[in-house]
Amino acid sequence: MTRRLLAAAFVLLVLWWHPGAAGAQGAGSERFQGTLRNEVVRDGVTERPPVGGVTITVERDGTEVGRAVTGADGKWQVPVEGPGHYRVTIDRATLPEGVGLRDPNTTSLEFDVNPGDVKGVVFALGAQAATPSAVEQLSSLFASGLVYGLEIAMCSVGLSLIFGVSRLLNFALGELVSLGAIVAWYLNTAGPRLTLVLAGAVAVLAGGVTGGALDVGLFRKLRKRGVGVVSMMVVSIGVSVALRHLYLIVFEGSPRAYRQYAVQSRLVHLGPVSLPPKQLWLMAIALMALVGTGLLLNRTRIGTAIRALSDEPDLAESSGIDADRVIAVVFVLAGALAALGGVMFGVTEAAQWDLGYGLILPMFAAVVLGGLGTAYGAMLGGLVVGLVQELSTFWFPTDFKLAFALGALAIILVTRPEGLLGVRERFG
Amino acid sequence: MSLGKILEESTRTAVGIQAASYALACVGLNVQFGFTGLVNLGHVASLLMGAYGTAIVVDKGGPLWLGVVVGLLASVVLALVMGLPTLRLRADYLAIVTLSVAEILRIMVGTRSFRGLTNGQQGIQGFADGFFELNPIPRGRYGPPLDGLKFDERQLWLLLVCWSLVALTSLLVFAAMRSPWGRVLRAVREDEDAAKSLGKNVFAYKLQALVLGSVIGALAGVMLAFDRSFVEPKGFESAVTFIFLVIVILGGAGTVKGPWVGAMVYWFVFQFTDSFLRDVGWVDADVAAIRRLLAGVMLASLVIFRPQGLFGDRKESLIGER
Repeated sequence: MTRRLLAAAFVLLVLWWHPGAAGAQGAGSERFQGTLRNEVVRDGVTERPPVGGVTITVERDGTEVGRAVTGADGKWQVPVEGPGHYRVTIDRATLPEGVGLRDPNTTSLEFDVNPGDVKGVVFALGAQAATPSAVEQLSSLFASGLVYGLEIAMCSVGLSLIFGVSRLLNFALGELVSLGAIVAWYLNTAGPRLTLVLAGAVAVLAGGVTGGALDVGLFRKLRKRGVGVVSMMVVSIGVSVALRHLYLIVFEGSPRAYRQYAVQSRLVHLGPVSLPPKQLWLMAIALMALVGTGLLLNRTRIGTAIRALSDEPDLAESSGIDADRVIAVVFVLAGALAALGGVMFGVTEAAQWDLGYGLILPMFAAVVLGGLGTAYGAMLGGLVVGLVQELSTFWFPTDFKLAFALGALAIILVTRPEGLLGVRERFG
Repeated sequence: MSLGKILEESTRTAVGIQAASYALACVGLNVQFGFTGLVNLGHVASLLMGAYGTAIVVDKGGPLWLGVVVGLLASVVLALVMGLPTLRLRADYLAIVTLSVAEILRIMVGTRSFRGLTNGQQGIQGFADGFFELNPIPRGRYGPPLDGLKFDERQLWLLLVCWSLVALTSLLVFAAMRSPWGRVLRAVREDEDAAKSLGKNVFAYKLQALVLGSVIGALAGVMLAFDRSFVEPKGFESAVTFIFLVIVILGGAGTVKGPWVGAMVYWFVFQFTDSFLRDVGWVDADVAAIRRLLAGVMLASLVIFRPQGLFGDRKESLIGER
């Protein structure tokens, strides 16, 4: 009963806590806006001077509903009336000498406007990029696939470990990824403006604590009551949906970049690959976290207990391993790793309320690919997913990325259902 | 807006096309999840097949009936694609694969690469005329004397068809679950190994349940598409499947009346929340987020506190304590 009251109180708290969101952006304030900037790259350092005097028109169903000329600071704004489907077009003839569209075919962009929307419009200007050779393209895709894969690997290790020790597919872990990104953004940019490293550390701590709380406060109790794993999975879906939309209400819809992330720096050249140093740092941190997890699993008592509980739960418990404690530790570890992954995605892309939800499928793919319940399998699976996703964009449109990762998953399921590193057991 | 108006609006939604089509979709999901114990997290993909199948065929100049048939056949293919590689494996795999397939399908119909067929993010519209030409109901507004509860002849026709389909499929499920076939399905849910050791081809039974549920889901997709005479990828997000799960569990998983009881209660509660929040001055975006948040809280707390749903039988419930 008290728990029911608590749940109700929680909802009320949320409703109360978000006051007066109404006034600020009522209907009728819809508009398009943007800042037009040229992009010039000089030896890896990007300069982005504003471009003025360019005409931008907004059409709705083929009729012009507004137009603007960019100011000297490159800024423009076109208010529109009401939600609907709009087309925003840049007039190429008004671009100054020497400035072109990066993709000459994209002179107009289409938008669906919801009530109260302010749509930021970006036209990519700059010299038409000289087409790099196939080898250069492939190797740079390989590099970004490696970074993405390492980040996915970090998020998925926890997912796999949790499944190993408790047989639970924990959907809510995706929300811990978002939590990491959002907490770090708040500390770094909106709140006390900590440096990114410090903000990230606090975010990782928050992820670990929340992960542990989820187990001790929720899943441990369900296990004690003998609730089945399918039911627990459904509970974790519910928790994930609820948390995600809580983030949406608190953090709001738009993606936010970190503060220090805006600083541009020279590219590091490694053979045919050119990477910003940021990417190298991320790779190093991810590798350290993964190696650390591996050492923890192999060299410490708690690690041995985790592996024992995954392999032979009954034997492990009867030989004196405290399953509840081990599972709680795994949840904390998983939460911390997921949050760290979230911070990294926040750095490479941006923090967003549904960041983790967008990653949960690649994470599942990685975990199944490597073998459900195996930590190293998840790491390997993450790398495969990352590389497959990024490399597929060389031949196919980016929309197909996820489909390729999941295609790899399907092939594994048909040919080797226990996963790359899983141990064969009786299936079905 | 007065409380009376809000209640009126909520009641209208609880019997309206959203509740009807969701009930129909959940009859399908209930066959899979409630009776057979298959955790299908991609049920919305069956609706997508039905809706897009119909829309595309009519859009390309085909007759309406052909469109519906194509949509239903597509949903059969979908069920086979999802089931064949996974139904021999543990339940977890089915959950992951169904969710993945649904997301891929949604992305694929929205991508520019298939614009010629699906018209990308803008979707297809204006394909439902054939359905409304069949409408025998004369023009007018029908319903009880309360203004908010009246439906015009188009809405009434769609509602009649949709609720009739709910009744028919429920009857079918009722009969099927009392037959030897249905008993095997429930045996598979309760103890797969026991069913197998009695010589039942568990894999075939699971696949049949998956296909049956998928076809019923596709019918619901067709109904939803007729309602707005419009389909777009955004309407088929995975969140919709999670709402189906809430409805099935709310009404009682594995019961015949579960889906429509659940759908009516769900839509009443949610329209009420929606109207109330708007009434006290919240903006659309926040109201939508709060509705989803509530759906999540509801899903988790139902499973925790009342896994048999409002009217379910605890012994017949797949979820909860076992």
